Amino acid sequence: MPSRIVKAVRRVGARVVDGVWRLGVASRFLLLTLAYSGTSFRRFHLVIKEIFSSGVLSLIIILVSGLFVGMVLGLQGYNTLQRYGSAESLGVLVALSLVRELGPVVAALLFAGRAGSAITAEIGLMKATEQLSAMEMMAINPIARVVAPRFWAGVISMPLLAAMFSAIGVFGGYLVGVKLIGVDEGAFWSQMQAAVDFHQDIVNGVIKSFVFGAAVTAIALFEGYDASPTAEGVSRATTRTVVTSSLAILALDFVLTAFMFRGEG
Amino acid sequence: MERTTIDLWVGLFVVMGLGALLVLALKVGNLGGVNIDESYSVTANFGNIGGLKVRAPVKSAGVVVGRVADIKYDIENHEAKVTLKLDKQYPFSRDTSASIMTSGLLGEQYVALESGGDSVMLKEGDKIKITQSAVVLENLIGQFLYNKAADGGEKK
Repeated sequence: MPSRIVKAVRRVGARVVDGVWRLGVASRFLLLTLAYSGTSFRRFHLVIKEIFSSGVLSLIIILVSGLFVGMVLGLQGYNTLQRYGSAESLGVLVALSLVRELGPVVAALLFAGRAGSAITAEIGLMKATEQLSAMEMMAINPIARVVAPRFWAGVISMPLLAAMFSAIGVFGGYLVGVKLIGVDEGAFWSQMQAAVDFHQDIVNGVIKSFVFGAAVTAIALFEGYDASPTAEGVSRATTRTVVTSSLAILALDFVLTAFMFRGEG
Repeated sequence: MERTTIDLWVGLFVVMGLGALLVLALKVGNLGGVNIDESYSVTANFGNIGGLKVRAPVKSAGVVVGRVADIKYDIENHEAKVTLKLDKQYPFSRDTSASIMTSGLLGEQYVALESGGDSVMLKEGDKIKITQSAVVLENLIGQFLYNKAADGGEKK
């Protein structure tokens, strides 16, 4: 009986030590990526190719989800607001929730699922088929050639995707609120414009999506680079990417929101 | 440098992203024009406009007949100078009165116009002379409490 407990404690301990170890390796990996980023900017077409595969190819899912999220916000918001006779504030509700929170966060979650998993699978497979070792044999630094361009592509794409998500979400809210339900159009836009501040709301939203972009791509790259070089290992790494980066996005969002909107009425 | 199709797509992507940011900054954040096709502007001075905002509706008998185009502080009279952009198909007499109303108890504020009996109509640039300021809820409550206190004093 005691040996069972000892085993359980040992297992937990091993897990914790392993987690801290991985975190250390991940930090070193991120630093190496930043240190070897020079190549990405000297040979920018590498980054452009990655912006295409992670940014442009995520467009459809981002735009369609943004439209629907905005339309749902319009419907739900109207239901609640009209009870208090302030259905005209619908624009404020839709725009603020999209620009401050939903745009950056939901776009980043979708980005993690659509582009993050693809990055992990690609790099994991490169490792499994020993392409990365082959590069090292040819004196090509795989971090500079493969990892860094993907990182910068993610950092560049994410704010653009989040901005598109918010913009089309506001349009979706407008469609449902004004065109379908019949909230006054002028009040919808004027109250929105009066309430949404460029620096306080829009710039902060962009900063958020920058951070999320960096976090998601860094996690995806590390998981791919760290994957066991087997089919199972790659599939596990892909799952871990989606889970870890989703958690990271939500945790970072809390921290950033606490910094940005603290003490505001 | 050679050009590839991918460059075109990435360029398009970046343009769309920046365009979305621009839309957020201008349309959601600030700016944007009033879109009534044919309109004329009149001004009205109010002692207090409460929470009236630019682009708020101007209503007459509950029908939207225009929008608030501009709100400025009039230094000479120490009043708010509100420019109303009215639809050309709705003429109003020269002795029209303008008041600031609230839709619902806590709803947004709008300008209500009530036409008078004068046969001369308002023209571009005219000024509405009869105005009624916004009702400020705090003042109203204050007044109510003051009256209540006065009443209570008399009874004793």
